[in-house]
Amino acid sequence: MVDLAGTTDNVQFRFRDDEPVDHGAVTVDAFLDQSNAAAVRIEPGDDARKLLPHLERVKLVEVNFPAFTDGRGYSSARILREAGYQGELRAVGDVLVDQLSHFRRCGFDSFAPDQPLNEEDAQRAFATWPQVYQAAADDRAPIWALRHGRKA
Amino acid sequence: MKILTGNDLKDGRVTWWDGQNWSIHIEDAVDVGEEAAAILAREEAARRVNSSYAIDAEPDPSGHGVRPAHIKDRIRALGPTVRPDLTLKPADPEARNWVI
Amino acid sequence: MYRYDQYDQTMVDTRVAEFRDQTRRRIEGHLTEDQFKPLRLQNGLYLQLHAYMLRVAVPYGTLNSAQMHMLATIADKYDRGYGHFTTRQNIQYNWIKLEDAPDILADLATVEMHAIQTSGNCIRNISSDHYAGAAADEVTDPRPYAELLRQWSSFHPEFLALPRKFKIAVIASETDRAAMKLHDIGIRIVKNESGELGAAFYVGGGMGRTPMIAPLVREFVPLDQLITYSEACLRVYNRYGRRDNKYKARIKILVHELGLDEYRRQVEDEFAQLQGQDIEPPLAELERIGEYFRDPPFTVGLPEEIDRSDPDFALWVDRNTHAHKQPGYVAVTISLKPVGGIPGDATAAQIHLMADLAREYSFDECRVTHAQNIVLAHVEKQRLHELWSKLDEAGLGTANLDLIGDIIACPGLDYCSLANARSIPVAQKISQRFAENGKDGVLGELKLKISGCINACGHHHAGHIGILGVDKKGTENYQLLLGGCEGDDTSLGKITGPGFDEDGIVNAVETATDVYLRERADGERFLDTYRRIGMEPFKEALYG
Repeated sequence: MVDLAGTTDNVQFRFRDDEPVDHGAVTVDAFLDQSNAAAVRIEPGDDARKLLPHLERVKLVEVNFPAFTDGRGYSSARILREAGYQGELRAVGDVLVDQLSHFRRCGFDSFAPDQPLNEEDAQRAFATWPQVYQAAADDRAPIWALRHGRKA
Repeated sequence: MKILTGNDLKDGRVTWWDGQNWSIHIEDAVDVGEEAAAILAREEAARRVNSSYAIDAEPDPSGHGVRPAHIKDRIRALGPTVRPDLTLKPADPEARNWVI
Repeated sequence: MYRYDQYDQTMVDTRVAEFRDQTRRRIEGHLTEDQFKPLRLQNGLYLQLHAYMLRVAVPYGTLNSAQMHMLATIADKYDRGYGHFTTRQNIQYNWIKLEDAPDILADLATVEMHAIQTSGNCIRNISSDHYAGAAADEVTDPRPYAELLRQWSSFHPEFLALPRKFKIAVIASETDRAAMKLHDIGIRIVKNESGELGAAFYVGGGMGRTPMIAPLVREFVPLDQLITYSEACLRVYNRYGRRDNKYKARIKILVHELGLDEYRRQVEDEFAQLQGQDIEPPLAELERIGEYFRDPPFTVGLPEEIDRSDPDFALWVDRNTHAHKQPGYVAVTISLKPVGGIPGDATAAQIHLMADLAREYSFDECRVTHAQNIVLAHVEKQRLHELWSKLDEAGLGTANLDLIGDIIACPGLDYCSLANARSIPVAQKISQRFAENGKDGVLGELKLKISGCINACGHHHAGHIGILGVDKKGTENYQLLLGGCEGDDTSLGKITGPGFDEDGIVNAVETATDVYLRERADGERFLDTYRRIGMEPFKEALYG
C-alpha cells in the first residue's frame, strides 16, 4: 500500500467541524485496489469520476496542484461535489492566497499549501467576493438567482 | 559583450544596468562579463528591476555607449520607430537609423 | 445597451479593490513576478516592450459616449495621449505604470468598464457583430447572449487556470461579420423550424501557429441550456486540453486530436452530468438583459435621398455606410486608417470627438470593429453630410472601408515583446503606395491583414492578402499569404513562397494586385479572382 505522507499537519485552513483523517492519502489506483482506504489523492491527470462508485467510504480527497496555473483540480473538485461527495476536499500543493476564493467556490473546504500563507491576506482573500456571477459547488446564490426572486 | 536590461517594477520603463543602478539610457549600459546571473538574481530579489535578462551588445559605432545586437532591444532602448515623438530622442533625426 | 445594476457594479468595484491589494503586495515583495503575472494578466496588464500595456475590455465592442470620453481621459491622464483599438474590439494603452493601474481600473469602474480577463488563460472578451441591432439580416440582436456569457465567464472559479486563452464570438445572422469560425467557440443564434431561437455551437477554431476553422459541434442548443452547454464545452477543455506544450494548448488542438465525434460525445456526456445542477439562469434573466437591447427610438418616415453633389462625400457614403434595417438610417464606419497612419490608433481628441458624435448622431452608442474601426450604427441619412464634415475635419473621414487602405495590423515589434518584425511601417508604406498609384480606388474589396508574429493578432490567416512578420537570422522578414477569408466561406491564406524584406513585401503586394487587375473577370473581388485562378499566376509574377 502506497501511503503518501499525510498533509493533515500542513493544513492551514479548514472549514469543517469533524475530525480530520489521521492517515495519509493513497493514489487513485491504490484506492481502487483497496477496500479500506478512506483518503485518496487526485493528481491533475486523474479522472475524478473513477471515485464516484466509492464515495461512501471516502472521508478525505486531496487534490494536488503541483503548479497553481494548472487548473484541472478545480474541475475534479466540482465533479465530486456535484456527485454528492460531502467529505473533506483538500487543496494541496501550490496553493496561494489569490486563488483561495476560487478553491472555496469549487468545493474545497481545507487547504494544505506547500508554503504557509499569510493569515491576514488569506482571510481577506476568502472574503473577497460579496456576490458571485455563476453557480458553482458552494451554496452561494448567483446574482441571476437574486435578480429573479431567490434569497441569498 | 553582455549587458543587462529589464523594466522598472513600478513604472514599467525599460532600464539598463549601469554597474550600480538601473538607468533608462542605453548609453549607460556596462559589460557585465560573467556576472550576469548573479547581478540579475540580486537585483530581482531586491525588486530594483523586473523581468530582467542579459543580451548581446557591441560598442556603438559612434564611439559612445553600446548597441544591442537585436533590433527588438534597440527598439526598447529608444522607443517605437513609428512614433519618434514618443521616443527618448524625439529631436534626433538619426535616432531611427540607429535602431534599424 | 446593457447598464449595470447594483450587482454588476459591486463586482467591478470588488475587482478593483482586489487588484489594488495584489499590486501593493507585488510592489512590497509579498508576491513574486511568477505569482503576480497571471493576476495582472487577468486584469489586462501586460509587461510590454516599452512599459506596461493595459487592455481595456469593450464587451462585444459596444460603448456609450460616457465610456468613450473616459477612454480618452485615460489616454491623457495616464498614458501618452492616444489609444489603440484592437482586432478583438478592445482598446490598448501602451505606456502604463503598474502603480497607476489600480486607479485606472477604479476610473473605468465609474463608467461601468473594466479590464477583466482581457488576458491570461481564461475566457476573454466576448466579441460580436459590429452591426448588431442595425443589420437587416440578423434573427435577433446577438449581444444579450454575449452579455449573458460575459457574466457567466467573469471570475468563473473553475475556468481561471485553463490550458490557454479562450475566445468566444456570438453572432445572429447567416452572414458572419465577426470571424466566428476562427474562435475557440463561435456561437450563431438561429431559429429552428418551429421558429424558436437557439444557438449553433462551433468549437475549435483559431489562428496562430496552427490555424483551424471551427467545426459545427451542436446544431441547436435551446436558449435555456446555453450556459449549461457552454460549461460542458469548457469543462472538457479544462480537463483534457494539453498543458505540456504552450503551442498545442488551445481547444482547436484538442478537438483536432480527439476528432470531432469524440469531442462532441465528451461534451454531451458532461452536459448530461450538469443537468440538474441548477447552473442555468432562468430565461427571465436573458429577457431582462434583452430589454437593454431593444431598438432605439427610430424616427419613422425619414427621407432616403442623400445629396451626392459633393464627390468626396459621395465616395464616403458609397464606401463607409452600410444598409440599415430601419428605412432612413444607415450604419456608418469611422475609419481609423488614414493614408500612412497607424491602423487602429486614435488620439484622445479624436476619441472625445467620436464620443460626442455617437451621442449626437447614433443614440449615444458606438462600436469597435475587429477591423479596428469605429461604427456608429444608427445614423439618419439626412444627417450624413453634417457627420461626414466633422469626421473629415478630424482626420476620421477616410473613405476606405474594406479597401486595401483599410489595413488591419497588430502593433508588431514597435510595441510588442512577442513580435518578430515590425508591422506598422509595412502598413504605412502599403497604404501610401496604393494612395500614390491610385490603385486603392480601383481594387475594390481587399482585406489586407498584417501580423508581426505567428500569434496572429493581426489575423493574417484571414486576410485576402495576409502578411506575416518573421525573424530571418536576426533580421525582419515578411511572408505573403493569399486567399484567406473570415466570413461565411472562411478559408485560411496560403503562403506564396520565400519571404521578402520590408521594401520587398510592399512591392510584392503591388505585384499581387497587378495580377488581379490583369486577370479579373467582371464583378470579381481580389479574393474571387484568386479562388478562380489559383496561386500559380501569382507565384509566377512574384518569383518569375
